[in-house]
Amino acid sequence: MQCEKHFIEPYDFLTEMGFELLEKNQSMDRYMALMDDDILEDMGTNKEMLVAGYEAAHLQLVEEPGVRVNSILIKGGFNKDGEKEAIDILLKPGEIVSIVGPTGSGKSRLLGDIEWLARGDTPTGRWIVINGALPDDAQRYCFEEKLISQLSQNMNFVMDANVEEFIEMHAQSRNIQQIDGVIEAVINQANALAGEPFTRETPLTALSGGQSRALMIVDVAFLCKSPIVLIDEIENAGIDRRKALDLLVKTEKIIMIATHDPVLALMANRRLVIKNGGMHQIIESNEAEKKVLKKLEAMDQEMLTIRNALRNGEMIYSE
Amino acid sequence: MRLITVAGPPSSGKTSVIGKTFEAFGKRSVELAVIKFDCLSTADEQYYEKKGIKTKLGLSGSLCPDHYFVNNIDTCFHWALKEKVDILVTESAGLCNRCSPHIKEILSVCVIDNLSGYHTPKKIGPMLKFADIVVITKGDIVSQAEREVFAFNVKRVNPKAKILHINGITGQGAAELGKLFLEANDYESLDDMKLRFTMPAALCSYCLGETMIGRDYHMGNVKNIKLD
Ligand SMILES: Nc1ncnc2c1ncn2[C@@H]1O[C@H](COP(=O)(O)OP(=O)(O)OP(=O)(O)O)[C@@H](O)[C@H]1O
Ligand SMILES: Nc1nc2c(ncn2[C@@H]2O[C@H](COP(=O)(O)OP(=O)(O)O)[C@@H](O)[C@H]2O)c(=O)[nH]1
Ligand SMILES: [Mg+2]
Ligand SMILES: [Mg+2]
Repeated sequence: MQCEKHFIEPYDFLTEMGFELLEKNQSMDRYMALMDDDILEDMGTNKEMLVAGYEAAHLQLVEEPGVRVNSILIKGGFNKDGEKEAIDILLKPGEIVSIVGPTGSGKSRLLGDIEWLARGDTPTGRWIVINGALPDDAQRYCFEEKLISQLSQNMNFVMDANVEEFIEMHAQSRNIQQIDGVIEAVINQANALAGEPFTRETPLTALSGGQSRALMIVDVAFLCKSPIVLIDEIENAGIDRRKALDLLVKTEKIIMIATHDPVLALMANRRLVIKNGGMHQIIESNEAEKKVLKKLEAMDQEMLTIRNALRNGEMIYSE
Repeated sequence: MRLITVAGPPSSGKTSVIGKTFEAFGKRSVELAVIKFDCLSTADEQYYEKKGIKTKLGLSGSLCPDHYFVNNIDTCFHWALKEKVDILVTESAGLCNRCSPHIKEILSVCVIDNLSGYHTPKKIGPMLKFADIVVITKGDIVSQAEREVFAFNVKRVNPKAKILHINGITGQGAAELGKLFLEANDYESLDDMKLRFTMPAALCSYCLGETMIGRDYHMGNVKNIKLD
C-alpha cells in the first residue's frame, strides 16, 4: 500500500503533540493503554481525540494528491438590484480569465463565491459547479483548501522561519517527497521572477515586497496542489508578471485574476466584466488588443530598465 | 433557541467574526444577542451595540472567567428566551488555553488567527480540540502556504471540526458561518446538558485570596513543578 511509506510512528506523533514517552516503537493501542487519563486531562485532550487525530494525520497524507478539476461552471445569480445575471461562465484548466469592473462592483465577491463553492447561498445567489456536479456539503468544507489557492497584494509572510524551512514545512504538509530538489527549484524560479536574488538562508520576513510576491507565486505553482488559483489585485511589485502567469498556466491551473491593472487584464484570453454586482459580459481578447498589450508590455519593460538603472545609481537620458 | 459558544485567544477576531456573521444575515430578520464574558473590561459591547446587536456583559473580576461562564450560562439562556432571541452567542476569551466553555450538543466555535504562529494549534486545549467549527481569521494578510500549514496543524489536533476561513474585516466567509448558526440545534433549556471537557480545577489557598509566597501558605489542590 502506498501509504506505508509515509507512515507516521505513533511515537513521533505523540511526542510532537507534547507527550513524554519512555519507550519507542510501541503501537498506538499500547501507548493509549499506558496513558494516564489524568495526564491527558491535564493536557486538555483524551484518548478518543488523540486516536482520531492520529488517524486523521494519516488520511491527510494519503488523500493527497488532491482533486482533478476539469471544469468550473459559474452559474449566474443576481446583481445588486436583484436582476438576473445574463451569463454563465465555464472555465477549463490552463486558462486565465481576468475580472474587471469599477471599485465596489463585486469582483472580490465573485472570487468569494468560487472560494465558498456557492450554492445559491451567498448574497449573489450564484452556483458553482465543479466537473459538472455540485459539490456536496462534506466536500465543501474539505475542498476549499484542496481546490483553491489565493494570492493577494495584502499578503505577507509572518512565519518565523527562513526560506528553506518555510518551503520544507509547506512541502511536508503536502506530503511532497524529494524536498531538497523542490527547495532548489522554488528558489531558482522565484529569483527569476524577482530580479534581486535571495537564498535558502534568507529569513522570510527579510524578503522585499517583490521577492515575497515572487516566492508566493512560485510556491502556489509548485507546492499547492489546488487546481484553481484566485488572484485578487496583485499589483506590479516589480516582478515579471508575464513569467509569473506563464508559470501558473503551465501547471494546468484555472486562474482568475481580479484586477485594475491593464497589463494583467489583457494577458487573459477572456475577461469577465462585472457591473453593479453582476456578471455583465465576457470579452474575448482579439488581435488588436494583443497589439496594445505588446505596447503596454514594452512600456513596462522600459519602466523596468529605468528602474534598474536608477537602482544601480545611473543617470537617465532621453533618446 | 439556538445557543452558540464562541471562544478563542484574545484578539483572534471573535468579535469581528460574530459582528460580520450578524451582518451577513442581512434582510433575514434574525434576532441575535451576544453575551460577552471577560475578566476586567472590554470595549466589545460598544462594537456590538453599534451594529444593532443586543448585548450583555458578564465580568468575572477575580474569578476564572470560564468558571464564571458555567455558573451563569443557564441564567443567560433564560434571559435570551424571555427576550425572544433566535440565536444567543456567547463570546469568551480562552485566557489560559486550558479552559473551554463548550457544551455537548451546543454548537461550539473556536476562533483562532493565522498570525498566532504555526505551533499555536498544538498549544490550545479543549476550546480548540473539542469545537465543532474552527474559524481561522486573518488569512488576508498571510501567504497561502502559511494558511495551509496552519490549517493542517489545526486538523491534526481537531480532525472532526469544520474549518472555515473568515476575514474579520471584510466579512468574507461569514455568510457561511451564519448558515451553520441557523442549522444549530434548537433547545428550550439547558437542563441536563454537560460540558464537553472539564474546566481547569482550582481550589487552593490562592483561590481564596492568599497572597503570601511559600510552602507554608499552600493549601488544597496544589501541584508541584518537576525540575529534574
Ligand atoms: N450581486 C451582488 N448582490 C449583493 N451584493 C453584492 C453583489 N456583488 C457584490 N456585492 C457586494 O458589494 C460589495 C463590494 O463588492 P467587492 O468588494 O467584491 O468589490 P470589488 O469589485 O472587489 O471592488 P475593488 O475593486 O475596490 O476591490 C461587497 O460587500 C459585496 O458583497
Ligand atoms: N487583517 C485582519 N484583521 C482582523 C481579522 N479579523 C479580526 N481582525 C482584527 O483583529 C483585531 C482583534 O479583533 P477582535 O474581533 O476584537 O478580536 P477578539 O478579541 O477575539 O474579539 C481587530 O483589530 C480586528 O480588526 C482578519 O480576518 N484580518
Ligand atoms: Mg476587491
Ligand atoms: Mg472580542
